Amino acid sequence: MSTADLVLVGPELVLTIAAVVVLLQDAWATGGVLEPQTPRPAAVWGSLAAVGLALVWDVGGRRWGPAFGGMYVRDQFTMIADLAALAAAGLGILLSSAYLPRVRLPAGEYHALLLLATVGAMVMAASGSLITLFLGLEILSFSLYVLAAIARRSRRSLEAGLKYLLLGAFATAFFAYGIALIFGATGSIDLREIGAARPSRLLGAGIALLTVGLAFEGALVPFHAWAPDVYEGAPLPVTAFMSVVAKVGAFAGLLRVFPLALAHLAGVWGPMLAAIAVVTMILGNLAALFQTNLKRLLAYSGIAHAGYLMIGVAAGGPAGTWSVLFYLLVYVAMNLGAFGVLLLLARQGMEADRVEDLAGLSGRAPWAAAALVLFLVSLAGLPLTAGFIAKLYLFRAALGAHQPVPALVGVLTSVVSVYYYLRVASAALSGGAPQAVAVLRNRLVGAALVLATAGVLWLGLFPAGFTAAVQQAARQAAAAVR
Amino acid sequence: MAVLFGGVACLALAGGVGVIASRRPVHSVLALLLVLGSLAVDYLLLDAQFIAVLQLIIYAGAIVVLFVFVIMLLHARSGEVARVPAVLPPAAAIPVCAVFGLMLLVVLTGAAIAPAAVGPAFGTVQEVGRALFSRFLLPFEAASIVLLIGMIGAVVLGKRLPPSPPDAGRPAEGPGEGRSKRRVELR
Repeated sequence: MSTADLVLVGPELVLTIAAVVVLLQDAWATGGVLEPQTPRPAAVWGSLAAVGLALVWDVGGRRWGPAFGGMYVRDQFTMIADLAALAAAGLGILLSSAYLPRVRLPAGEYHALLLLATVGAMVMAASGSLITLFLGLEILSFSLYVLAAIARRSRRSLEAGLKYLLLGAFATAFFAYGIALIFGATGSIDLREIGAARPSRLLGAGIALLTVGLAFEGALVPFHAWAPDVYEGAPLPVTAFMSVVAKVGAFAGLLRVFPLALAHLAGVWGPMLAAIAVVTMILGNLAALFQTNLKRLLAYSGIAHAGYLMIGVAAGGPAGTWSVLFYLLVYVAMNLGAFGVLLLLARQGMEADRVEDLAGLSGRAPWAAAALVLFLVSLAGLPLTAGFIAKLYLFRAALGAHQPVPALVGVLTSVVSVYYYLRVASAALSGGAPQAVAVLRNRLVGAALVLATAGVLWLGLFPAGFTAAVQQAARQAAAAVR
Repeated sequence: MAVLFGGVACLALAGGVGVIASRRPVHSVLALLLVLGSLAVDYLLLDAQFIAVLQLIIYAGAIVVLFVFVIMLLHARSGEVARVPAVLPPAAAIPVCAVFGLMLLVVLTGAAIAPAAVGPAFGTVQEVGRALFSRFLLPFEAASIVLLIGMIGAVVLGKRLPPSPPDAGRPAEGPGEGRSKRRVELR
C-alpha cells in the first residue's frame, strides 16, 4: 500500500470516516436515544458535507489507475458510477431530513448506514477482483437490510427487513459459491485474469451463480420476489434510496463482469442476459398495471427499469456499457424525484402511499405536482425528457448488437408503462384534495426536488456533455481490460 | 490419503443431510458441527494447517456455540421444543434441486480440471498473514466495514424501545400497515 493507493480510494474513505463520525457525534449528543424527538441537523449537514467532499474528490480528482494490487480500479467508469451513487446519497439525505424527526427514527444510525451503503455501491463499481465485488455487495446489502427494518414500531418495516435479510443471505450464498467455482476454473479471482482464461463449463456455472447474486440485488426476474414487499414495508425515504443505490451497485457490478471482463464470451452470455431482460420488462410492467399502492407500483416500475438496464448489459460492448451508465444517472434523478414528491405528503400518521392520496395535488402544491408529472413522464420514457434519451440509447445499443427482441419488447412495454404512470399523474392533476392528506413544506426536500428536476431536464435537453463523458468512460474501461 | 478423504467427505455429506433433515434444531446444530469438523480435516489433508485450526476455532468453536446459545435462550423463553418441518415445500425444493443437479452434471461431464500446484508454505500462518496484509489489504479493511454495519444493525434493531411512543397523544408516523390492518404494539 502506498499514499497513491489511499488517494485513489479517497471518496470511499471520506464517506466511511464520515459515517463513523456522524454515528459517534449523534450518540454523544443524544446519549444513545433511539427515538429522538428533535431534528438532528448535525447528522444531516455532516453527511451532506461528506457526500459533497467525496463528489469533488471523485469528479475533480482525475487520477486513474489500479490500487491495492489491482483489487480496486479507479477509472472514468468508476467516476460515473460513483457520481450516480453519490447523487443518490445526497438526494436521499435531503429527502429524509423531514421524515426522520417526524417518525422519530434514529438519525445517527440512519445517516451512517446510508453513507456506508453508498460506499458499498462505490466499491462494487471500482472492483477489479471478485472479492472486492463481493465485499462491496455485502456492505451495500447489509446496510440496506438494517435500513429497511429501522422503523421498529412498524410491523411492516420489521417484516421487510427480515424478508430482505433472509432472501439476501440466500443470494449471497449463490454469489460466494459462484466465486469458488470461478476460482476453481481459472485459478484467479482477478477480473482481468478471469477474462483472459479459457472458457470452460465450470467457468460458465460459476458465472451463472454470480449472476444470481447480482440479479437479486438489481431485482431482476426471477430474483425479484423480495422487491415489492420490502419496498412497501420499508420507511419511505429508505425505499427511495434503496430503489436507486442497489441498482447502481448491481449494474456497475454486472457491467464489470460481463461487458468488460468477459467481452470475448459475449456470444454465450448475451442471449441469456437478453432473455432475463425481456422477462423482467414484461413482468415488471404488467404487474405495475394492477397496483393501487404507490410504493408497490414504484417497486414494480423499479423491476421494469432493471429490465431496461439489462438490455444494455446484454448488448455488451462499449455502446451497451455507456448506455447503462447514462441510464443509471437518469434513473437516480427521476426515481428519487418521484419518491420525493410522495415524501411531501402525509396521511394521518401514515405515509401517503395510495394513488388516491395524490388527488388534487395540483391545486394545493402546483410546483410539486408539476415536478411529479415531469418525473413520471420521464420514467415512462416520453420524448423531451431524460428518460426518453436514456431508453433510446439502450435500444440503439441492443440493435447495434443484433438483439432486436429486447429492443422491441422494451418499446412495447414502455407503451404499457405510459398507462400506469399517467394514471398516477392524472390522479395528481384532478379531483378534490382528500381531507386526511396534509402537504408538508420543507426546504431540504424542496431543494432535493429542484436538484432532481434540474437533473432530469438537463440530461433530457442537453445530453451531449454527459453522453460524451460516459462514452469515454466505457471506451477507457474496455481498453484497460484488453 | 484418498481413503481418509473419502471417509471425511462422506461424514461431511452425512452432516449436511443431517442439518436439513433433523426435526430438532439442536440436532441440526450438532450435524453442522460434524460438517465443519470434517471440513477442517479436509484442510489438513490439503496441508493447510492454519486454515484448519481457524476453521475449528471460528466455525466449530464460536459460531456453533452461538447457535446453541440462541436455541437454548429461545427455548428457555418459549418453554417448548420447536419442531420445524423436515422438508421444504416441493415448489421450493424442486427448482433448487434441479439447478444444482444441472450444475453437478455440467461439472462432472466437463473436462477434468488439472489440480493446481500451491507453494510449500500454502496455508501457513506466515503465508496467510502476508497475503492478508499485502494483496488482500483492501478486502480485509472492507470486511471490517461489513462487521461495523452488523454491529450498528444489532444495536439499532436490538436495543429495547420504551414501551410506548414518548408522547402517545401524537400518532407515530411511519410505513402503513399495508393490506393487513392489524396494529401490534411491539415491546
